[in-house]
Amino acid sequence: MSLFEYAPAPESRSVVDIAPSYGLFIDGEFVPAAASGGVFKTVNPASEEVLAEIAEAGAEDVDRAVAAARRAFGPWSALPGAERAKYLFRIARIIQERARELAVLESLDNGKPIKESRDVDVPLAAAHFFYYAGWADKLEYAGFGPRPRALGVAAQVIPWNFPLLMLAWKIAPALAAGNTVVLKPAETTPLSALFFADICRQADLPPGVVNIVTGAGETGRALVEHAGVDKVAFTGSTEVGRQIARSVAGTRKRLTLELGGKAANIVFDDAPIDQAVEGIVNGIFFNQGHVCCAGSRLLVQESAYDEVLTALKRRMATLRVGDPLDKNTDVGAINSAAQLARIRELSDVGAAEGAERWSPPCELPAQGYWFAPTIFTGVTQAHRIAREEIFGPVLSVLTFRTPDEAIEKANNTPYGLSAGIWSEKGSLILAVADKLRAGVVWANTFNKFDPTSPFGGYKESGYGREGGRHGLEAYLA
Amino acid sequence: MPESLSPAKAAARGGRLAVRKTYKLYIGGAFPRSESGRTYLVDGDNVALASRKDARDAVVAARKAQPKWAGATAYNRGQVLYRIAEMVEARRAEFIALGVPAAELDAAVDRWVWYAGWSDKIAQVHGGANPVAGPFFNISAPEPTGVVGVVAPDSFLGLVSVIAPAIVTGNTVVVLAAAPQVAVTLAEVLATSDVPGGVVNILTGHAAETAPWLASHDDVNALDLTGLADQDLATELERAAAGSLKRVVRPPADTPDFTADPGLGPMTALLETKTVWHPKGF
Amino acid sequence: MTATVTSRLSGVSGSAFNLRSFLHGLPGVDKVGVEARAAALGTRSVKTTAKAAAIDLAIRMVDLTTLEGADTPGKVRALSAKGVRPDPADPTCPHVAAICVYPAMVPVAAEALAGSGVHLASVATAFPSGQAPLEVKLADTRDAVAAGADEIDMVISRGAFLSGRYDFVYDEIVAVKQACGSAHLKVILETGELGTYDNVRRASWLAMLAGADFIKTSTGKVPVAATLPVTLVMLEAVRDFRAQTGRQVGVKPAGGIRTTKDAIKYLVLINETVGEDWLDPDWFRFGASSLLNDLLMQRTKLTTGHYAGPDYFTLD
Repeated sequence: MSLFEYAPAPESRSVVDIAPSYGLFIDGEFVPAAASGGVFKTVNPASEEVLAEIAEAGAEDVDRAVAAARRAFGPWSALPGAERAKYLFRIARIIQERARELAVLESLDNGKPIKESRDVDVPLAAAHFFYYAGWADKLEYAGFGPRPRALGVAAQVIPWNFPLLMLAWKIAPALAAGNTVVLKPAETTPLSALFFADICRQADLPPGVVNIVTGAGETGRALVEHAGVDKVAFTGSTEVGRQIARSVAGTRKRLTLELGGKAANIVFDDAPIDQAVEGIVNGIFFNQGHVCCAGSRLLVQESAYDEVLTALKRRMATLRVGDPLDKNTDVGAINSAAQLARIRELSDVGAAEGAERWSPPCELPAQGYWFAPTIFTGVTQAHRIAREEIFGPVLSVLTFRTPDEAIEKANNTPYGLSAGIWSEKGSLILAVADKLRAGVVWANTFNKFDPTSPFGGYKESGYGREGGRHGLEAYLA
Repeated sequence: MPESLSPAKAAARGGRLAVRKTYKLYIGGAFPRSESGRTYLVDGDNVALASRKDARDAVVAARKAQPKWAGATAYNRGQVLYRIAEMVEARRAEFIALGVPAAELDAAVDRWVWYAGWSDKIAQVHGGANPVAGPFFNISAPEPTGVVGVVAPDSFLGLVSVIAPAIVTGNTVVVLAAAPQVAVTLAEVLATSDVPGGVVNILTGHAAETAPWLASHDDVNALDLTGLADQDLATELERAAAGSLKRVVRPPADTPDFTADPGLGPMTALLETKTVWHPKGF
Repeated sequence: MTATVTSRLSGVSGSAFNLRSFLHGLPGVDKVGVEARAAALGTRSVKTTAKAAAIDLAIRMVDLTTLEGADTPGKVRALSAKGVRPDPADPTCPHVAAICVYPAMVPVAAEALAGSGVHLASVATAFPSGQAPLEVKLADTRDAVAAGADEIDMVISRGAFLSGRYDFVYDEIVAVKQACGSAHLKVILETGELGTYDNVRRASWLAMLAGADFIKTSTGKVPVAATLPVTLVMLEAVRDFRAQTGRQVGVKPAGGIRTTKDAIKYLVLINETVGEDWLDPDWFRFGASSLLNDLLMQRTKLTTGHYAGPDYFTLD
């Protein structure tokens, strides 16, 4: 028992009003699913409590949504850029005004700690709308030719790890460029997208410009394979990304994919150790490790191994796992039973393959889906936990002796989304950053995001960039 | 040269028995025959008929050459491309004898020169500093995607227009050529232009036979189908390319006009963007 | 174990070269990272019972300070009385850790504090600039101790430190420590003048190697005093120093800490950086004056359930 226990500090649930059931958002209205559709439940992963019943869109519904987006496309793309910009600025403002409500909602539906939804997800979502709002009337200066044109109807499918933020990454550039969208949120986290639909109405966004269809994989498939869409944008697993790439083959649909990763976080022996340890922790335990760019492979120089591991374990012991709505929670709930099962399975494989498993003592709640922050030491490149994306709070620790060996191990993966470098030596950082095959390299920092900063992968981590000027390219012809 | 005769055939005129050129593959800077031992007849010449194993060897050569080529300075790559332009110009007669129209040849030389100039400018145009909301140095820069499989168009200008934008940024290519004699002659130009072996590999034969092996090859990063007319085959290749999530340049919807300004698209389609963050402070 | 490590470190101060090599070989501090960490810990929410416990702990850690040219025996007596009984209306309110005054005021404070359990700290060594000959500094220290101070807050020679004369600073601290006798030595780094976090870490190690019982951020006499990230770097230093030598050193942020909210952030910093071993007035102090009244005001709010005003607390 510590001398200084923090008393529970729960954020109030009363700021958010969740309806018992939600329909689809098509052509500016919430509508029930057609006969071919169905209903599914979304639950709070921290308590397994059902939050709401959600309409499951079938092919007919997707059809209606795409048709609505197509009707809206002409007038929306013809609108002066400055007018489109004003709508986006409005949306950004409303997100800011409703920030507390959205943060609580996101933590309830996703299981992430309130301090992350409050300090990261929601503010960044608003910032993305602000950033791309400003592009709407400046597209001819973006470097994609003198007369850039919108593509048409964008089909967008987003994951459950950052529901509102990924929505912002998709919708903001699409709308700024003059496209209309049909977006499908993940089936375990549909609520913030449905609240966003309400924000679109508050902003008086013309009907059909944004349509939200909820459902699982089948709904997503119907959407990306719909003949009426001109552009497909997907964030999710590499396996589904492959299927989508196959399905759009032979069409004129444009495609961008933001897929999985197995990032190396490389710590050299001259690193600022205390900050490196923070970066390691932030790299793998931020958002329960449900981060495609998570630093899930720690590569430590052998000459600093003991020092780093001691410090890392000491730091991990201070992580507070538990109620996502408690303002002092560092690690929240695993998003779903299915994801928890996968994390458990791969962790068991790691132990069975001979890696040494360690977690700090921590008491997990009885209800809900939980997994203690875990590290595996003695991992080699041949272990499955060093190759496969676990998408959970599980870190594999490997060692290296020289910069060349670090680079070789870091690049020895089919993925190429992100990487980290920790060193106080500038020339080393720049040389290593040059040689890493990854779309984002964080040096002496990790998991930093900004609307102006392009994000996306090399190799099997997908193609196309989101964020910055580069992010417009996916939505312009 | 008044008539359109190949230099070898012209030389035979004087009563001397001509020394004919053997049209072989170009892999890793060397000119091997097809490992399959096969040839096919094109305008009376026996041309190497590349096999899937030749495609495999070409990918190995391209992969081996890629890091060093990408690591060369942009200034150096620009000079090498300019040297290619000089060497094409020098072999003007030979290309024309092979049926390349003079205007197209001029355009092809000019295209090499145009791309040579891009080598040390594309990073400035396509990348830059990002003003992130925090105390960070943040910069995005383009990098080559790696090894590119190319199904080339049959015109000489088309061929140059797919190879040059790929290699100027540091990619290496495996090219499935449509017009074999012209392509092999270009290979001879490349072999004498300080282009490191393996940067450009040229296979002659049937794209329908070799392209699927490139499309499904896990060590190929991108597929450029600009020269592919067969839409069904293109769809099949794009599907196969999805296996390792290759970047795919689809065949153009309409007959391409290679004389038009290509814009940045042919280069940026084969580039990755790397964004590097670093804190600022003391 | 401890002995061998200590002997390994004992060579460090053997020469100016060794000292410099050692201090420059310490891991660097990344400014953005350390500030982000301190800010993140600053968002911890400490409420209800945890807050009540934190307030009492913070009161027990206060070095109630007056360091003015205008200080008089009357002022010092009043301050001492306040330190002994911070809330006259509530006998459960703990006393502060120490009263901190100039050497000239030590005899007055000693009399006022006798038998109270409140320590008596005195700044010495040509506070606040430290720009005096060593003999003057040592005499200053001896006088304060002789007059009854059981804690000495010395300043390091920042000029010497910034010009790289680490051995000079080291020797000075060693000499002052000797002059202290049994009194505890707090070494003020004046972090606001050191310019970088790397220097804060080096100065912390230098002071600890030379024998400091406490390392302290600031005099309160320069524009930038204690900050959370500076204190975080110093806490990391004492943590690492104990791991290497087995000797525990205390930390004292001073200057600019005025509210309960601020104080609790520092307690969170201790809790999650060095742990409960330092959550004690023997190992952590706040150098402050106006902080005490805010702590008392918040304490009353928790007890009574309504907000009080400044008129309800003594102004000393």
